[in-house]
Amino acid sequence: MKPASFDYLRVHSVEEALTALHDGPEDSKIIAGGQSLVPLLNFRLAEPALLIDINDLHELSFVRRVGGALRIGALTRHSTLEKSAVVRDGWPLLQEAVRFVAHPQIRSRGTIGGSVAHADSAAELPVALAALDAEFVTRSVSGSRRIPWRDFFLGPMTTALEPGELLVEVRVPLLRKSHGHAFVEHTRRNGDFALAGAGVVLDLNSDRRCSRISVALLGAAPTPVRATDAEDCLLGAVITEERAARAAKMAAEAGSPSGDLHGSVAYHRSLLEVVVRRAILAANLRVQEP
Amino acid sequence: MGMQRISVNVNGADVEARVEPRLLLSDFIRHDAGLTGTHVGCEHGVCGACTVEVDGAPARSCLMFAVQVEGAVIRTVEGLTASAGPEGWSVLQQSLHEHHGLQCGFCTPGILMSLQPLLTAEEDPDETQIREALAGNLCRCTGYENIVNAVMAALAQVRSSRAA
Ligand SMILES: Cc1cc2nc3c(=O)[nH]c(=O)nc-3n(C[C@H](O)[C@H](O)[C@H](O)COP(=O)(O)OP(=O)(O)OC[C@H]3O[C@@H](n4cnc5c(N)ncnc54)[C@H](O)[C@@H]3O)c2cc1C
Ligand code: FES
Ligand code: FES
Repeated sequence: MKPASFDYLRVHSVEEALTALHDGPEDSKIIAGGQSLVPLLNFRLAEPALLIDINDLHELSFVRRVGGALRIGALTRHSTLEKSAVVRDGWPLLQEAVRFVAHPQIRSRGTIGGSVAHADSAAELPVALAALDAEFVTRSVSGSRRIPWRDFFLGPMTTALEPGELLVEVRVPLLRKSHGHAFVEHTRRNGDFALAGAGVVLDLNSDRRCSRISVALLGAAPTPVRATDAEDCLLGAVITEERAARAAKMAAEAGSPSGDLHGSVAYHRSLLEVVVRRAILAANLRVQEP
Repeated sequence: MGMQRISVNVNGADVEARVEPRLLLSDFIRHDAGLTGTHVGCEHGVCGACTVEVDGAPARSCLMFAVQVEGAVIRTVEGLTASAGPEGWSVLQQSLHEHHGLQCGFCTPGILMSLQPLLTAEEDPDETQIREALAGNLCRCTGYENIVNAVMAALAQVRSSRAA
């Protein structure tokens, strides 16, 4: 279908974007990569009065290391993240996750800010960012906020972003060089939204006991969630096949997946168990000599 | 809504037009630029038939608006013949023809524009990578085997001419 009519404004600075958001009609929409928004417009599920195009805000397109932490500008394309040496060397989980996002023709346009702001419950990047304890930086005419991921994702396609607020940056804390990571998911076809997924980051002590772990789940809830039971089960332990299987079972049981046309709740739950187990074991194997 | 003036380079030629903001790039290419090689299947990013190159990278033209490509460089399937061989076709077009990589041809322009970057990539893609690159393009009649065979043959040809 064709979208309903709208006004279009291409902005050239963050300030101009913020002013437009503040002064524009209530139902103004930011357009970044457009890879989630334009399908909604074409279906007329969204009919904003004004589209504010931020694709010229090159100041929001960057991947850099600042004081050990990672900073990613909101307009950074999936394809840039995919190739970034900074991400590969310091936060490889993010790179593993972004390769699961759609197809190359979509990753060439789609942005990390769009993925986070859109907050699809089956999107990979929000889950990877939950595993990495990321926080999001926003700006509006009245100032700037830093929002931890836990307070950001409120429901399916619902975030803590206020009207008038622009997501400008994603921040990810430093990881130990030796850490292990894995993002594992199940899709029906390559590039589809996942039915279940898990992002794991962990550290081991010199005796190979787990000293730090995060297990973030895709498909266990309407938002990214951490499997805290599973994390507790692994902390302080040597990660054996049995231990990983036990933790994965806990994660699947604590999760509340929903059924859909691809499978029942029980099917989604069993997928969750499989991906969590595989991600824990893969991350454990990838820890470099502690 | 207010019309906006755009100027965009399509296959090497400058095109100027006045467009409504809601005009999809796919419709602009087909109706305003008159290049009907770009096909439209689903209009929500799933089928890949509308894939064109925007500033050198393949993108869904049904998920962009014409106003957004002001100042950009677009290449559509018609632009491939600029690199044409003796038959007037690009290496990949010729190979799809020889390996029966198409039947109705509806998906073919999108497949050509999606896979073109593989032929110029620095690293040599293997079959798995070809299949991954192809995953964003739906074909309802050929089945993917012959398409994959055609891409592998085209790659082999590009490699051997590079080595020569
Ligand atoms: C066929 C297809 C398959 C896909 N498969 C997957 C998949 O498997 N996994 C996955 O994760 N995604 C998938 N996607 C979605 C893709 O990842 C999108 O790129 C992403 O969800 C949105 O990013 P965008 O930059 O395109 O955002 P847009 O579509 O431009 O915007 C999305 C929403 O975010 C808002 N927004 C964007 N940027 C900002 C900002 N800086 N500040 C405030 N609000 C903002 C917009 O107003 C809009 O509401 C798929 C898309 C398609 C078409
Ligand atoms: S028409 Fe654009 S992807 Fe189907
Ligand atoms: S050849 Fe008919 S859809 Fe692909």
